[in-house]
Amino acid sequence: MIRERPSALDRTFSQGEHLIWLTGAALAVCLLMIAGLLVIVVKNGAGYFQPHPLTQADTADGGKILGVLLGTESFRKFNATNSAVEDLTRSQFKLGNRDVYGIDFKWFEHTEITNKTRPSEAVALERDEYGDFYGYLTALKEQGKVIAEGDAAWAELQRKHPVARSVAEERLHVQKVEIGRVNAAIQEANIQIKRAERRLPPGAERDAATAKAQAIITTQQAEFEKLKARAGELQTEGQRFVAVMRTADGKEKEIPLAEIVRAFKPNAMSSSAKAGHYLSKVWEFTTGEPRESNTEGGIFPAIFGTVVMTLLMSIAVVPFGVLAALYLREYAKQGFFVRCVRIAVNNLAGVPSIVFGVFGLGFFVYFVGGTIDQLFYPELLPTPTYGTGGILWASLTLALLTVPVVIVATEESIAAVPRGAKEGSLALGASKFQTLCRIVLPASLPGILTGLILAMARGAGEVAPLMITGVVKLAPTLPLDATFPFFHLDRKFMHLGFHIYDVGFQSPNVEAAKPMVFTTTLLLLFVVVALNLAAILIRDRIRKKYRTGAFA
Amino acid sequence: MSDSLTSRPQLTVTARQNAESPEELAKRKNIIETESLSLSYGESRALKNITMAIRERVVTAFIGPSGCGKSTFLRCFNRMNDLIDGVTIRGRLWIDGEEAFGPGMDVIELRKKVGMVFQKSNPFPKTIYENIAYGLRVAGIKDKATLDETIEQSLKNAALWEEVKDRLHESALGLSGGQQQRLCIARAIAIRPEIILMDEPASALDPIATGRVEDLILDLKRDFTIVIVTHNMQQAARISDYTAFFYLGELIEYDTTNKIFTNPSKKQTEDYVTGRFG
Repeated sequence: MIRERPSALDRTFSQGEHLIWLTGAALAVCLLMIAGLLVIVVKNGAGYFQPHPLTQADTADGGKILGVLLGTESFRKFNATNSAVEDLTRSQFKLGNRDVYGIDFKWFEHTEITNKTRPSEAVALERDEYGDFYGYLTALKEQGKVIAEGDAAWAELQRKHPVARSVAEERLHVQKVEIGRVNAAIQEANIQIKRAERRLPPGAERDAATAKAQAIITTQQAEFEKLKARAGELQTEGQRFVAVMRTADGKEKEIPLAEIVRAFKPNAMSSSAKAGHYLSKVWEFTTGEPRESNTEGGIFPAIFGTVVMTLLMSIAVVPFGVLAALYLREYAKQGFFVRCVRIAVNNLAGVPSIVFGVFGLGFFVYFVGGTIDQLFYPELLPTPTYGTGGILWASLTLALLTVPVVIVATEESIAAVPRGAKEGSLALGASKFQTLCRIVLPASLPGILTGLILAMARGAGEVAPLMITGVVKLAPTLPLDATFPFFHLDRKFMHLGFHIYDVGFQSPNVEAAKPMVFTTTLLLLFVVVALNLAAILIRDRIRKKYRTGAFA
Repeated sequence: MSDSLTSRPQLTVTARQNAESPEELAKRKNIIETESLSLSYGESRALKNITMAIRERVVTAFIGPSGCGKSTFLRCFNRMNDLIDGVTIRGRLWIDGEEAFGPGMDVIELRKKVGMVFQKSNPFPKTIYENIAYGLRVAGIKDKATLDETIEQSLKNAALWEEVKDRLHESALGLSGGQQQRLCIARAIAIRPEIILMDEPASALDPIATGRVEDLILDLKRDFTIVIVTHNMQQAARISDYTAFFYLGELIEYDTTNKIFTNPSKKQTEDYVTGRFG
């Protein structure tokens, strides 16, 4: 019997073409989701830096508003008088001027506002405190006397602002860095006194040590008074130039130039001025410190904290994971127990990260840290030094969280080292250890680095375990600075992932913080990509160097 | 040399043999001796009561069909089988008078004395120089001048020096298959072993590269004892002085190569060398 020709549909199924379509579709969906994520983050995050135009409008009650039009949405409202549902639209304005109005974001229904314009004279001021100020510049005063008015005032403000700002920056430096240093010295001297009282017997030696520390305290206190006076002078100096501002509804407000971060006329800016403004904001964001409870300014401490923490984690996780994998693969007797260990390691990778956080808190912070405090810093107790969250404990917790990834990747790459290379080495009279060090490890280095890349990608984005092992909303100092011993592993630190959570959900001014959420997310993505890229480049170089034979 | 390679006649048993007569060779002392050596992988026995003696500074070939145990037997001599789980060995083996499976035997010292060249050339992913320096370095030689000299001498002995002297510090993986195998031989002789085990060293090579490796083996037998496993009976006939025929884990016949190929005393051997089975 002659077999019938199969139908086109049958052919499609028998050749598995439907599966090809299915796999292709699955890949397309994955790519679309990733692209969508990037588009949303970039769209919401990148706009944060641009100078937003100011819109002026008349309100129904006869007032005037001036602010940034943030967005418009339509909504339905039930009108009780005629029992009808009305379709309305409303717009959200950022009015700024928190010190004048109390609130800086407001919704207006479109029926309420008329006569929208974009006056070119409108001035936006970014300030150290109370957020942005939107209004018009009427005059500039020096020591209470008007020195310029109208257009001349704007030109004069541009001229005087850098000088006034440098005064403010110097004051900040004195308050934060120099007084901080004096405080640290006094604290250290106090510790010396406590240490002397605790460790030395009463007598001449103890008295000498105490007196020496007391002398330090006395000189440092004199220094402190001097610095305080200097800060006061700078504060007064900062009040010298004052901009007289008028809000849209006619209220006057005097703002010292020293408190102004940036002054610009967004409606009158040229494209190049806008680009300059954008770049200056990006620079401030990536290198500056946060202001206004993290809703303004930069996030450098968070970037720095994330990078340092990830590097510390890598330093901890690689030797640990590689040694464990070497033992498992090369020395342990393969059998039931090793199989169990391997299953346990794999399962460890799936344990929720907060569980690791709790372990880190209980083991590293309370047990290890507490013991270190008992042994080395007993004078400071009950104030903990290492017995509280810090960057070291957070890094070690993350190292523990990511060690399964490194173990699995290392084991696989060790297993992939050609048997011939190992046998060749042993046949030349090399011991097993020499073979491991000289042949197996170099050849599996790229695989180990793949493990590290995966570990970093996971570790850099983890937030939950950090929250209980040392991350804070605002760290006064970086974990690495110029004061001895430079690395302060006991310090608390800021982290981009936690920063996103903090500005997004813990901020007192939710509306002001919203753009920061996306911008910080964008930056976190950049940091993770940069760290991974660095590791990938290193891996490729090593791969070229230790390429194993592809043929023969 | 290449002329003689391309026009090499089949089974010219004596053409490339050295001048030494079988009687002279027979006077050489035994360097490897086994006494009822048996080996099993778990339940299956791979070698059954093999007793034989291999003479010093001759080429001994192991022939036999696949799975007959000749490679396994070879790998006993430098205890490479130790690396495989579930291997049990009974019987005795002496290398140069020392008991290889005895309690006092240092495997590392044994392997320095018994070098090995594998079927698949396995240069390390390092430079040509470092490949040869490897065995010397693990043996503790650090002096640069000694290293340089030994490496040059080994490459010359392996007839590779002229081809690679200008690129010693390039990756060994850039060499051709035949050059890689000769590099592996150079690597093995650099640490001056007494015995070199070769496990089908030319099976992955083309005829020209095979010819070079064979020439090299003939050169090397002045200084080293060579035990070679081969599937290629012509090769065994061309280069070896003694041939052992293995079948199903047993040593069937062991005699001078001339005798095995021209007048074997066992029917199985005759069937195999004449190509009637295997």
